[in-house]
Amino acid sequence: MALTIPKEAYSGKIFNVQLGSGTKAVTIGGASALPFLAFEGTFPNKPAVAFEIMDIAPSDWPETLQKAIGGVSANPVQWAKFCQQNGADIVALRLMGTHPDQKNKSVEEASKTAAEVAAAIDIPLLILGSGHVEKDSQVLQAAAAATRGKNCAIGKAVEENYKTIAAAAMANDHKLIAMSQLDVNLAKQLNILLTQMGFDKERIIMDPMSSALGYGLEYTYSVMERIRLAALLQNDAMMQTPVVCDIGANVWKVKETIAPDVEVPEWGSLADRALAWESITASAMITAGADMLIMRHPSAATKAKEMIAELAG
Amino acid sequence: MALSGVEIFKHLPKTNCKKCGHPTCLAFAMKLAAKQASLDACPDASEDAKKILGESAAPPIRGITLGAGPKAVKVGEEICMFRHEKKFFNPNVFAVAIKASEAGDAASKKIEGVVTSEIDRVGQKLRVDAIAITDEGGDASKFASVVKQVVDGAPGVPVILVSKNPATIEAGIVHCADKKPLIYAATAENAEAMAKIAKEKKASLAVAADGLDALTALSEKVKGMGVDDLVLDSGARKAKDMIEHFTIIRRAAIKKNFKPLGYPIVTFATRDNSVSESMVAAIGTMKYASIIILSSVEKWKMLALLSLRQNIYTDPQVPMQVAQNVYKVGDAKENSPLMITTNFSLSYFIVRGEVENSKVPSWLAVMDNEGLSVLTAWAAGKFTASKIAQFITESGVEKNIKHKELIIPGYVAVLSGALEEKLPGWKITVGPREANQLPTFLKARA
Ligand code: B12
Ligand code: SF4
Repeated sequence: MALTIPKEAYSGKIFNVQLGSGTKAVTIGGASALPFLAFEGTFPNKPAVAFEIMDIAPSDWPETLQKAIGGVSANPVQWAKFCQQNGADIVALRLMGTHPDQKNKSVEEASKTAAEVAAAIDIPLLILGSGHVEKDSQVLQAAAAATRGKNCAIGKAVEENYKTIAAAAMANDHKLIAMSQLDVNLAKQLNILLTQMGFDKERIIMDPMSSALGYGLEYTYSVMERIRLAALLQNDAMMQTPVVCDIGANVWKVKETIAPDVEVPEWGSLADRALAWESITASAMITAGADMLIMRHPSAATKAKEMIAELAG
Repeated sequence: MALSGVEIFKHLPKTNCKKCGHPTCLAFAMKLAAKQASLDACPDASEDAKKILGESAAPPIRGITLGAGPKAVKVGEEICMFRHEKKFFNPNVFAVAIKASEAGDAASKKIEGVVTSEIDRVGQKLRVDAIAITDEGGDASKFASVVKQVVDGAPGVPVILVSKNPATIEAGIVHCADKKPLIYAATAENAEAMAKIAKEKKASLAVAADGLDALTALSEKVKGMGVDDLVLDSGARKAKDMIEHFTIIRRAAIKKNFKPLGYPIVTFATRDNSVSESMVAAIGTMKYASIIILSSVEKWKMLALLSLRQNIYTDPQVPMQVAQNVYKVGDAKENSPLMITTNFSLSYFIVRGEVENSKVPSWLAVMDNEGLSVLTAWAAGKFTASKIAQFITESGVEKNIKHKELIIPGYVAVLSGALEEKLPGWKITVGPREANQLPTFLKARA
């Protein structure tokens, strides 16, 4: 019996979304088959890796991570340059300091930081709010205006605040990151709402909500697989936006990336364990179809890039 | 090719005797066609029918058991491409490779690593499942001595014998012949000799070829020699080839019922860098490999890989959950603190683990929220003040304790006011947000 390669007949394709400009611009998306199945589709772009930085010193990041970043984390501009030097495709600036429970930084301060960071690097920039629904709409409006022309992606727009954030992205020629909560239908719904307000679907990046290895990873994994299947097999245009996974923020708060060796000897070395935790979470997300990852540990990000290169062959 | 329900029906006794547990022969035939039943359930099926249906009724991916006794592991018998379609059934095996050249101390260390690898995660006991002894072209007696060292040092742990030389396998297998080892591997060059050993010793046999066409041909050939328990290696070692080959193998088996590839997949995920190795192995776990051989099994690496495997192989329809109850942690007494969490296994075991770490004996009230985490249950309206109050009142916990103080998870601090209203006379204390802050919190109170 000879083997006939069983191929899927895909009818859909993921949109190409470009970030940044010039020679360091990055395009994500474009896949015409399930992840890395080159025998039945084409993948014009590799998944990109964004390194996360914040507008405040990340005092709640575990020690392993702090050490890996070195002394630059108090200054977002230096930190962004550090990422660029260490192989980042993209920098993701999270304006955590604007959260009322953090430093409650003003809209002006935040947008100034965003503009400074954008000016200091030539790779693309993602600008993320702190996750506070109301504050994010104000902060991101201002930050979007302050970085006009840089072709950033701003977010995350969620059901409660998508209108203002999408309007800001539109007005300033940025792309938009839209996040829903681990649900295929909610992800689609948000994209529909955005297009209904006139936002171009080919400028959206979808965040299905990430979770860490051992802490709900399987939910993200399966939601992503289902999104990709709907996009490719059912040619559902509302599912054809590229997908971003915000990994670092989830990984670096679980016990496995924090607990020292002495506390849990049965878990082995913390340094390796924490690195593996973020790296394997990244492996899972790219296997499920991520087009862009947001990561924290430079070595884990390097590992992810190596794996992406190997997968893209 | 798979037979349809009606085609299968033609070969059944058509007496509708119901002994198979189905109302009619036709109903049973439909179940067979959907691979949800096995022909064995019909006691009256003729030998003829068994022969004709046997091929078609067999699961699309054959189940293979590695080893014998309580540590034996079964792989294969998967029925879907994506876990959300149903679920992945038989978790992949992680095996560590011990080279014949590591005989002695180095081997002992790895064996020790396997024997002590068991961890408890979300109520499941997980460990390195098997040991692969690799000869690397060395001499047969050295190989055999390492096999003996492994069998003695890690009793009951399934063994994989890795050599392309039949004489080497023969020398090694004497130490584990009755323990259903896996022989790796039959190749185009040695197939006959390997098949003979596998049949004689009732071992499973891996077939290894370069590429999918060669693998198909070899698998058919070895099956034709009378070996049924096969596993497949297409030679894919790069992550890209792994995903492509394994997807094709799984699809051919499940969607086309293509018998030559209807077996579990074995692969080597070995890399110089251990983190890279763990990432490749992770891809194997997600993308259909059933036996993954590693070069080392450091504790951190196994924790990560076993957690991933647990995630991927849990049932997507049913969150892992524990029974609703007020659990005693340590030697809890009438003055010990009382805490509440949900019955999602992950939440329960994390919290319980931290309470144990604190060494403060406690009561842990676990409420049935259909297996949702604290925040998810709260967001879904299943962990509300009135529901918690009702649970606490009906749980009978008041008989065990003298105080009336309930500690709630920090993430649902908003519930405290409403809870004090619904539970008159109770004091509601907001605990820390993350469970890992519980030891500090509990010790400070004690
Ligand atoms: C996986 C997941 C799901 C899964 C369900 C998993 C499950 N079995 O529960 C699914 C996809 C089904 C889901 C659904 C929803 N989800 Co959900 N989900 C998650 C996710 C990613 C992880 C949850 C998890 O497993 N956590 C791990 C467990 C162990 O956490 P935990 O139970 O809270 O326990 C920790 C602490 O609370 C503490 N703790 C626990 N017990 C106790 C007890 C005491 C005394 C103390 C002191 C501490 C303590 O210790 C633990 C570790 O530190 C989180 C986001 C995140 N990253 O946290 C969102 C999250 C919980 N979900 C959320 C929401 C809104 C929903 C939905 C309503 C939305 C939707 N998609 O429709 C639905 C509701 C469910 C429904 N209607 O059926 C929100 C809740 C927001 C909020 N604050 O209100 C979250 C936080 C996401 C977000 N950032 O918006 N979700
Ligand atoms: S046991 Fe056999 S004969 Fe009886 S109903 Fe079932 S299929 Fe028909």
